[in-house]
Amino acid sequence: MKRIEVQGLRLAYDSKEVLHGISFDVYHNEIFAVIGPAQSGKSSMLRCLNRTIDFTANAKMSGTVRVDGEDVRRTRDVYALRRKIGMVAPLPVGLPLTIYDNVAFAPRAAGLSGKADLDAIVERCLRQAALWDEVKDRLANLGTALSGGQQQRLTIARALSHQPEILCLDEFSIAIDPVTTMRIEDVLKELRREMTIVLVTNLTQQARRLSDRTMFLLDGEVVEIDRSDVIFSGAAKSKRTKDYVSGVFG
Amino acid sequence: MALAPAPTTGRFARTPHVARKERAEKLARAVFAAMAAAMVVPLLLIVGYLVWLAWPTLSLEFILDVPRRGMTDGGIWPAFVGTLYLVGLSLLVSTPIGVMAAVYLNEYARDNWFNRVVNLAVINLAGVPSIVHALFGLGAFVYAARFGYSILSAALTLAIMTLPVIIASTREALASVPIAFREACWNVGATRWQTIRAVVLPNSISGILTGVILQVSRAAGETAPVMFTGAVFYKSVARGDLFPYALTDQCMALSMHLYTLATQVPNVKESLPYATAVVLLGSVLVVNASAIALRVFLRGRKKW
Repeated sequence: MKRIEVQGLRLAYDSKEVLHGISFDVYHNEIFAVIGPAQSGKSSMLRCLNRTIDFTANAKMSGTVRVDGEDVRRTRDVYALRRKIGMVAPLPVGLPLTIYDNVAFAPRAAGLSGKADLDAIVERCLRQAALWDEVKDRLANLGTALSGGQQQRLTIARALSHQPEILCLDEFSIAIDPVTTMRIEDVLKELRREMTIVLVTNLTQQARRLSDRTMFLLDGEVVEIDRSDVIFSGAAKSKRTKDYVSGVFG
Repeated sequence: MALAPAPTTGRFARTPHVARKERAEKLARAVFAAMAAAMVVPLLLIVGYLVWLAWPTLSLEFILDVPRRGMTDGGIWPAFVGTLYLVGLSLLVSTPIGVMAAVYLNEYARDNWFNRVVNLAVINLAGVPSIVHALFGLGAFVYAARFGYSILSAALTLAIMTLPVIIASTREALASVPIAFREACWNVGATRWQTIRAVVLPNSISGILTGVILQVSRAAGETAPVMFTGAVFYKSVARGDLFPYALTDQCMALSMHLYTLATQVPNVKESLPYATAVVLLGSVLVVNASAIALRVFLRGRKKW
């Protein structure tokens, strides 16, 4: 079943087009990897999914993006759309709030205020992000005072706090150490059971380890989409894909 | 065959080029330091000179007492409390308007013709000389709005004058909050206002307050805007009375009082205008110092 359908998505910043009409589908409960070198439009594509591209004044988007069948540009409640999609940015962003408030921010913004409910959400999300044991005794400390790897897990906990059905991660491991990366990857494998995951990465090995299917995006165009075992086994149809995953370029 | 060792002499030797470079560095540092030190000198000279000449008159009694003998003796209470009224009321008006306008301009406004006009207006308004603000206040508040020559008119004129600077300093404070914080909030489905309230304002409040408090000294020091709209030569007020004025009254003001003592009143006791100047300068320095203290306190709680 299709979770995300993207058809002919074009995106331009002023007159510079960065996505030249890309199309792809993401299915239920899969990990869908998006690989490609820098500047190929991966992050911009994610910003179209939850429409945070709206905050970029000079961006112009065309084509259709459907999430669970609903056109994101016609949706009545864009905030509900954003809550449906958890988004993790490349650099860890602990908000300048307490650890507790970092995780409780989204439920509160959605109108939840009961302390018991919030407590439960905070604990569940911090556990899911493999951070609970390290911070459970100091939830009132500042999230910004955590280490980089902890802040990235805090970011993931925050992205899980509004109970998303889709989780998008944008190069989540570029600012953290390999050990933390492996811990988060384990978390993702767990989460796949309950949600769909879009994993943007420029680490081809990470895509190979985790994903079910992989899309290779290059200069704003889709080069190839296939099962990850096909893409990474050297059986890719496109020579550019083969070259990229085997490290000839990129 | 062993490689010949690389020549080691020369790499750390002092060449004429290095010597020249180090001389230039020392010279640059000395010149910059001298300029930085030079700007302390006028301040010390001004303060020292004023206090020296004001010393015979300077006392708490001088602040609390009313002017006597045709303003040639006595204190400055009516002017002191008048300045408090004018500055307080003007900031009460300009701070909320300025801060909210700045939030709109920095957090909501897109790049369209309307917002470009607003930006242009703010920049130009900040550059208008105070005497022009005075004339505007006279026309707009005293006559058009029929507030008459009053504290209200004068305070509103001062508010218009401080508004653009408050907007500019507030925008700067808001812009210092990293955009990544906002994006993190938007990503979890928060509205712009929720983001502003939870993250942007709490982390820019020290910069906002500093900008506002710095306007206190500007509003207290300006003479022309209040002279045209509501400050008077003399007003009879009880000694030490904290509430001598109604909003529709005219009042005395320190800046104006200093001007009249120095130029309009014959046979003033010599130290009187200097003592007035010291009180004005001292109040401004106290306010600025409290701004710095507040900033240090709030920055100590800075969260990233």
